[in-house]
Amino acid sequence: MKRARVVYQGAEWAATESDGMVCLSDGRRLTESEVVWLPPMTPRTIFAVGLNYADHAKELAFAPPTEPLVFLKGPNTIVGHRGTVRRPSDVTFMHYECELAVVIGRTARRVPEAEALDYVAGYTVANDYAFRDYLENYYRPNLRVKGRDRATPLGPWLVDAADLPNPANLSIRTMVNGTETQRGSTKDMIFSVAWLIEYLSGFLTLSPGDLILTGTPEGLANTQVGDTVTTEVEGVGRLTSTIIGD
Amino acid sequence: MTGTIYAAALNRRESLEALGDALLRSPYLSPPIAPVLHIKPANTRIGPGAPIPCPREVPALRMGGTIGLVIGRTASSVAEADALSYLAGLVVTNDVSVPYQSHYRPAIKQRCRDGFCPVGPLVTAAGTFDPDRLEVVIEIDGQIRRRAGGDGLVRGAARLLADVSTFITFAQGDILLLGEPHDPPLAAPGQRVRVVIEGLGSLENQVEWE
Repeated sequence: MKRARVVYQGAEWAATESDGMVCLSDGRRLTESEVVWLPPMTPRTIFAVGLNYADHAKELAFAPPTEPLVFLKGPNTIVGHRGTVRRPSDVTFMHYECELAVVIGRTARRVPEAEALDYVAGYTVANDYAFRDYLENYYRPNLRVKGRDRATPLGPWLVDAADLPNPANLSIRTMVNGTETQRGSTKDMIFSVAWLIEYLSGFLTLSPGDLILTGTPEGLANTQVGDTVTTEVEGVGRLTSTIIGD
Repeated sequence: MTGTIYAAALNRRESLEALGDALLRSPYLSPPIAPVLHIKPANTRIGPGAPIPCPREVPALRMGGTIGLVIGRTASSVAEADALSYLAGLVVTNDVSVPYQSHYRPAIKQRCRDGFCPVGPLVTAAGTFDPDRLEVVIEIDGQIRRRAGGDGLVRGAARLLADVSTFITFAQGDILLLGEPHDPPLAAPGQRVRVVIEGLGSLENQVEWE
């Protein structure tokens, strides 16, 4: 099942997807443009992985890491489907990052890779925008780049893990104003979803509602005010955002 | 207080001075411009008296006692002059870490383990104190091992909150840690750590094997 949280006519609703329509919990069926989309869940801790696709690491001139590059993001970063993301006027390079996002469903501590997917509640799509002008070489990528307010679209749907038994073979793509600019597959992750859960749960406790953004493949491009960016993960969803100015 | 805990790193002039010319060399290439920050996630938070778990492969942990600014109302792009009016109060905290050297990548494995952020009770009378004038004292087994005054901060409380709030909106209950002292003292399993801040009280925990 695909679940969402939407606002319709002044009230918040739980919704599910059916034949491309948004079905409110009272049975009404709406199109995606008739509702306002909230993030599909309220994350507890947001983990993100950098340089997790060999091609993307090469694109950024980094050797593929031997241990994942993990960073954290606050709850202030999340914005829903069809939302806007602000591009500050002093930024010269802002790029999207289409990512498979994993929602933890059960408390996980020292979970082996072979059992790790049993701890997943579901999956959604994230666009982990980066503002490269603000990169500095301290705790890189720093919060000024990756922790900004409402600059990480999430959604539209939370897809039950049972409906996506193999997250390691999903195509990923990004379209800017309808033109495809990024294409890859989750099979090219350096560290798989299951491996990441083993890794993180090896030194901390993962809890229900924790979110793991799993990194992005190659195909970065600068984006401008007015651009509409759609990040899509096969079987999970198409997440759209529009870039606005200050 | 169930909000997000943000923490300043390298917010002591002594820490930057100790890095010296290394700040100009690879991988850093220049001294920090914006506040250097990290997040202490929910799994790190424990209360007074709760054990701080030390991983088996680590002989001792750093005890990063620091003042926490507790946000009282939504704070976004606040002016430095008004910043302290957004606080609900202050807390004594301990930004615990596994010792490490490099500041190049986020230190998740070193700073985000379970129990690595003891937080004391909210002190609402804190409006009567200037957080930058409070001295942090860290005791290990009753012996004073570090004193850190607010005069050594790169960014004081109001300036830090103002600068970070240009890109992060703080919500009620969020906590912003001013930053551990330079070279925080170590505590091994079996040792007790007490962070004392005049006017705010103390926060005591014991390090125990994980």
